Amino acid sequence: MEKSLKKYFLFFVGPTLIAFLIAFVIPFIAGIILSFARFTTMTDISWVGFSNYVRAFSNSDFVNALKFSALFTVVSVIIINVAAFSLALLLTRGIMGTNIFRTMIFMPNLIGGIVLGYIWQFIINGFLSIFGVTITVDAKYGFWGLVILSNWQFIGYMMIIFIAGIQNIPGDIMEAATIDGAGPFTVLRKITIPLVMPSITITLFMTIANSFKMFDQNLALTAGAPGKETAMVALDIYNTFYSRVGWEGVGQAKALMFFLVVVVITLVQLTITRRKEITN
Amino acid sequence: MKKNKVFRYLLSALMAAALFGGCAKKNAVPSVYLLNFKAEIQAQWEEVAAQFTQETGIPMKVVTAASGGYEQTLRSEIAKSAPPTVFNINGPVGYKTWASYCADLKDTQLYSWLLDKSMAINSGSGVYGIPYAVETYGIIYNDAIMRKYFALPNKAVNIAGVGDIKNFATLKAVVEDMTKNKAALGIGGVFASTSFSPGEDWRWQTHLANLPIYYEYQAKNVGDLEKIELTYTKNYQNIFDLYINNSITDRKMIGSKTVGDSMSEFALGQVAMVQNGNWGWSQIAGESGNVVKPEDVKFLPIYTGVNGEETQGLCTGTENFICVNARAPAADQEASLKLLEWLFNTPAGKKNVIEKLGFVAPFSTFGPQERPEDPLVKEMFRYLDDSGLNSVAWNFPTFPSQEFKNELGAALYQYALGNKSWDDLTKETVTSWATEKAAIQ
Repeated sequence: MEKSLKKYFLFFVGPTLIAFLIAFVIPFIAGIILSFARFTTMTDISWVGFSNYVRAFSNSDFVNALKFSALFTVVSVIIINVAAFSLALLLTRGIMGTNIFRTMIFMPNLIGGIVLGYIWQFIINGFLSIFGVTITVDAKYGFWGLVILSNWQFIGYMMIIFIAGIQNIPGDIMEAATIDGAGPFTVLRKITIPLVMPSITITLFMTIANSFKMFDQNLALTAGAPGKETAMVALDIYNTFYSRVGWEGVGQAKALMFFLVVVVITLVQLTITRRKEITN
Repeated sequence: MKKNKVFRYLLSALMAAALFGGCAKKNAVPSVYLLNFKAEIQAQWEEVAAQFTQETGIPMKVVTAASGGYEQTLRSEIAKSAPPTVFNINGPVGYKTWASYCADLKDTQLYSWLLDKSMAINSGSGVYGIPYAVETYGIIYNDAIMRKYFALPNKAVNIAGVGDIKNFATLKAVVEDMTKNKAALGIGGVFASTSFSPGEDWRWQTHLANLPIYYEYQAKNVGDLEKIELTYTKNYQNIFDLYINNSITDRKMIGSKTVGDSMSEFALGQVAMVQNGNWGWSQIAGESGNVVKPEDVKFLPIYTGVNGEETQGLCTGTENFICVNARAPAADQEASLKLLEWLFNTPAGKKNVIEKLGFVAPFSTFGPQERPEDPLVKEMFRYLDDSGLNSVAWNFPTFPSQEFKNELGAALYQYALGNKSWDDLTKETVTSWATEKAAIQ
């Protein structure tokens, strides 16, 4: 058995391994190399050391985008998770039409980001026109527009994950707690939340990563306007790469730094929430 | 059984040979691969390619980049093993990116046919990009509405028609009086929306900004500058103010308007004027419910109040330059030149250029009768043929970078909203020009 496993190891793992190499490892290494180079195309590069990293901070765009993304992430992660969890609690009570509601709330997640961005641009501009302004008049409209958009898109998805977690809680624990005299709030705090911790780990990870990396919604809704005040990091990287001659390597350097930031933040989050998980 | 096995090996060997043979063949026969810049004429290019292959036997492939995505597509395509052999660059700044890919076209027939040799992209003694389609822009106006205005008994100006508008002062007087009479004229505003939706501000930060830069270059007798003073900033403000103060759309709302909105307002007769180029004709004609007749679509130069602007014509030039890929196999480069020679010098090729692609080709091989049938192109030649007028050159290909244009666009928008003074806009633009010019080495 052992021997035949070894014999067929490459056969079974090979295709995935090759796909992983082609689609992830090689581009990633190429990306690291390019961040230290000046290039027009991948086949035509010259080494420039750390100057791309220095140039990335030659204006405040990158730092501003990081700040904007961070603020956006904090706000939208809180709202999305609280709302998704509340909806999940509501829709696991066996109310009539639960399935219809679940489907309806999940559906926005099936629409692509660019389309969503344009649709919400119409809606928000339509609403703001009552006050005679548009979404690009002030950065705070753009900020809240993005928050609304991302909430609308992700709450349903996160809710499904929470529902799965809540449904996994054994009924006897709930029953025992109720018999012991625990009120609904105590049950929520002492039983439900600790037992859905694995789901919280996942939803937090996904919302933090998604909010930080948000690109298409940002591009379609405001494209960074007014000025670059609503440009998130991914959009800033894109603009750096394509809007100046000779700045491709700088865009690459920013992308690598951005990758490290996202990795650190999500790792910290994973360790913290993992520690709180308990097995039932 | 054994025979079967042998047969099987033979078959697979044969198939492999056919596969590799196919590859070898592809390298042996020269072919053309054109990366098309204009998404709106994708189908037309495909037809042209089919006809070229049919007539010359040279295989030709056309790939069209998505609108606004040419640089991205070119970057990925040119790194492939079968890269484009013919591609576009957008002027001197684009040439900086692609210099090492552009073949020297100095000794080609195409260059010898070029009417105005100064329009080509030169570097040292070589010629690396050749313009192939001349375009023009100005203020497009609806003559029916203008005639209606000049027939008004209470008009405040004492000129008889649009033909008498020769400078900014007159234009301003007419436009402002038209705004007063907009109910009588049946329009919502004189000018179409000053579009400032994200990515839709190029008419202001590129085309309109070209005028002050053009006059500054003229005054200093140069073709490019590392640092500008924006000496004609007041003129820039004149025309921009005129646009936003006499627009169909309130200045607080322009952030939601696109170029498409502006063109449809014009096509529907809601406005009398819109700043755009001859490419806008297809948008006007294609608008459903269009009320503007082709013979009423005319051009007016963009007057800004510069001394002596009575002789100013339209802004005519190009930002599309054709390049041959210097790194493609020599035979493919030759085939590419054959395509260009076929396109711009044979009757069949020229017919395609005029009727299908709709280019106004700046080559001596085209006679005065060989022009696209389009009211705005006719207008362009009306101005070009008037020897008393000077065209404004397209200097925006020398603008430092897209980043510069984006910053200028954002500043113009903030000015329109009332959040920024014109003085600040001027200072920032001067600084941004210098830093962006320094940033691209």
